[in-house]
Amino acid sequence: MKNSMKKILSLVLTSVLCLSVLSGCGKTEKEDKSSSDNTDGKKVYALVAKDVNNPYMKKMYEGFETACKEIGAEALYKGPEQATPEKQIEIINQLVAQNVSLIAVAANDADALQPALKSAMDKGIKVLSLDSAVNKDSRQVHIQQADPEKIGRGLIQAAYEMVDGNGGIAILSATAQATNQNLWIEWMKKELDENKDKYKNTPLVKIAYGDDDPTKSTNETTALLTDPNIKIIIAPTTVGMLAAGKVLQDKKSTVKLTGLGLPSEMAPFIESGICPWMYLWNPIDIGYLAAYGGDALVKETITGKEGDKLTAGRLGEKVVTKAADGGTEIMLGDPFKFDKDNIEEWKTVY
Amino acid sequence: MNSNEGLVRNIEYERKFSLKRFLFQWEWLLVLLLVVINLINIRLSPNYWDFDNLMSAIQMFLDKAILVFPMMLVILLGEIDISIASTMALSAVIMGVSYQSGIPMPAAIMISLLIGTVCGLINGVILVKYKELSSMIVTLSTMIIYRGIASIILKDQAVSNFPDWFQYFGWGKIGNIPFILFFFIIEALVFTYLVHKTPFGRKVYAMGNNIVTSRYSGLKNDKIKIIIFTLNGIFAAIAGIFLTSKMGSTRPNIASGYELDVIAMVVLGGVSTSGGKGKVGGVILSIFVIGLLRYGLGLINVPSQTIMIIIGALLVVAVAIPNLKNSLRAFNKMNIFTKK
Repeated sequence: MKNSMKKILSLVLTSVLCLSVLSGCGKTEKEDKSSSDNTDGKKVYALVAKDVNNPYMKKMYEGFETACKEIGAEALYKGPEQATPEKQIEIINQLVAQNVSLIAVAANDADALQPALKSAMDKGIKVLSLDSAVNKDSRQVHIQQADPEKIGRGLIQAAYEMVDGNGGIAILSATAQATNQNLWIEWMKKELDENKDKYKNTPLVKIAYGDDDPTKSTNETTALLTDPNIKIIIAPTTVGMLAAGKVLQDKKSTVKLTGLGLPSEMAPFIESGICPWMYLWNPIDIGYLAAYGGDALVKETITGKEGDKLTAGRLGEKVVTKAADGGTEIMLGDPFKFDKDNIEEWKTVY
Repeated sequence: MNSNEGLVRNIEYERKFSLKRFLFQWEWLLVLLLVVINLINIRLSPNYWDFDNLMSAIQMFLDKAILVFPMMLVILLGEIDISIASTMALSAVIMGVSYQSGIPMPAAIMISLLIGTVCGLINGVILVKYKELSSMIVTLSTMIIYRGIASIILKDQAVSNFPDWFQYFGWGKIGNIPFILFFFIIEALVFTYLVHKTPFGRKVYAMGNNIVTSRYSGLKNDKIKIIIFTLNGIFAAIAGIFLTSKMGSTRPNIASGYELDVIAMVVLGGVSTSGGKGKVGGVILSIFVIGLLRYGLGLINVPSQTIMIIIGALLVVAVAIPNLKNSLRAFNKMNIFTKK
């Protein structure tokens, strides 16, 4: 009898424990809810990041949020804890259930999100991709950060100058399915192919994939350094570039680094000369443009077809143009060069 | 704890029905949890209690649930298999590559099932041949090897452009009900029967409770172990097919982390990690507890890290309760001694 009393007591105690855990999250839920409640008539515009902790994605959301405030919509930031399409599908599904008005997604895989995004569009939700595109059937428009041709060719030309026309090139990319990185790499290859004479001493030795994961990027960079032919690493991804910079610094390597990096993260490497210069656009502006582009889709002032015009707040008038994959896109502008002279002022901005 | 109690503690034998015992089961706590989660979700988000939304949420999390039942058998044995996510990746990648090389899709699906079977069989055979190795170590090694092979085959590429009908596994519906839910229900019924109504099921419990006595009782331990690990491999391949269908593409790094999610569902379902204890019913409940909790928290935009913490906390509670009960019992005994 006494035993069973103890049993009952323990069960009661544990259920109280469970309930308190639940009611605990219940409370935080309520707070969260007030910020995403769409019953007060405000439209909800959601941004799905590649992964929720990526600092570049957070900067993008900053701009997205600012624009949403100007428009009068509710901004929502979502993203998986790992950069995988599986988790993004789950999140898109939740957004469809919440009946948001706009889903802006930076895709981890161009094709894998298609069924999920299509079912969102079937329900009348507007879908656009930004930063890393989904395929043309899964979106209404893509927000293109900068002309991929200029980025690709520009990075190879920069690499050529940095090694004085003599030394192998390695590329440290994000995932092998990342749409934007692959497009830039294609343009890099084109630049090399079309000017064989100029680049005869700067061959592309290897393309490595760091999956936008700091650990894997570090390992891949270390592996690249074992090849004595490699004199420069091009990292067209902020995560990879930071990881590569740290490896080069630790090993006191003479290999140079360029690519697309966040000024705030890369400032020490630019100042120390490991990275003579690099390029990037303003991620805040991408998010900002995405919110305005999405707003135009939601208000049906554009449909995402070629030739549509919209006014994107402080960025002025933008035109929808044809994209390389056959879909349409809105171009933000030219890539911006960061070097020793201007890094000081930019490193505090983003 | 007296010796007699220690012996009968885990073994379920035919007992007279007792209302008290019936009411104080782990499963009821899960039912309670499920009700509470649903009530909170309904109160917090107006979009939760919508049939279509619920069905599509279920469609999302059930691909993991396919793996839960065979994993339950493994854990009932007191073993563990952490190679399943890698098996999923390997079988899905080989299916994709076969299809790409011109083999018709149905045949490619059969190949993927075959690969899954072989992967599971290898795990089982190694464990039986080298008894001194723990299943954790063996499946850790095969986990790395299987995913390694998948990466060698596909490098960093992905296979997509599967035929349209293949999408049916992941996205198809019969009426309003997702196809995968039907699959899940049938699987659940089969496993309930297998675990609770067949001699095979009894043997699994016997092995999980005491591997030595079960051997002396004439059970073919090795055979049962190999069968269970092979089953786990087959179902990993099936889950890989569903996941590939859902994503319309496959890569060597799909399903990473699935093994832990699956083990979490089994453990929350009340299956003891030391083996021999747990019911299919509890596991089914825990699938829905975790799935709907994740979905509900996602709906109200709780950050994904916070969701992980909440589910982690639930697991700690699930693991702690049996220990808590034991220590209470021990405490009770101590009191008697001191009083004497």
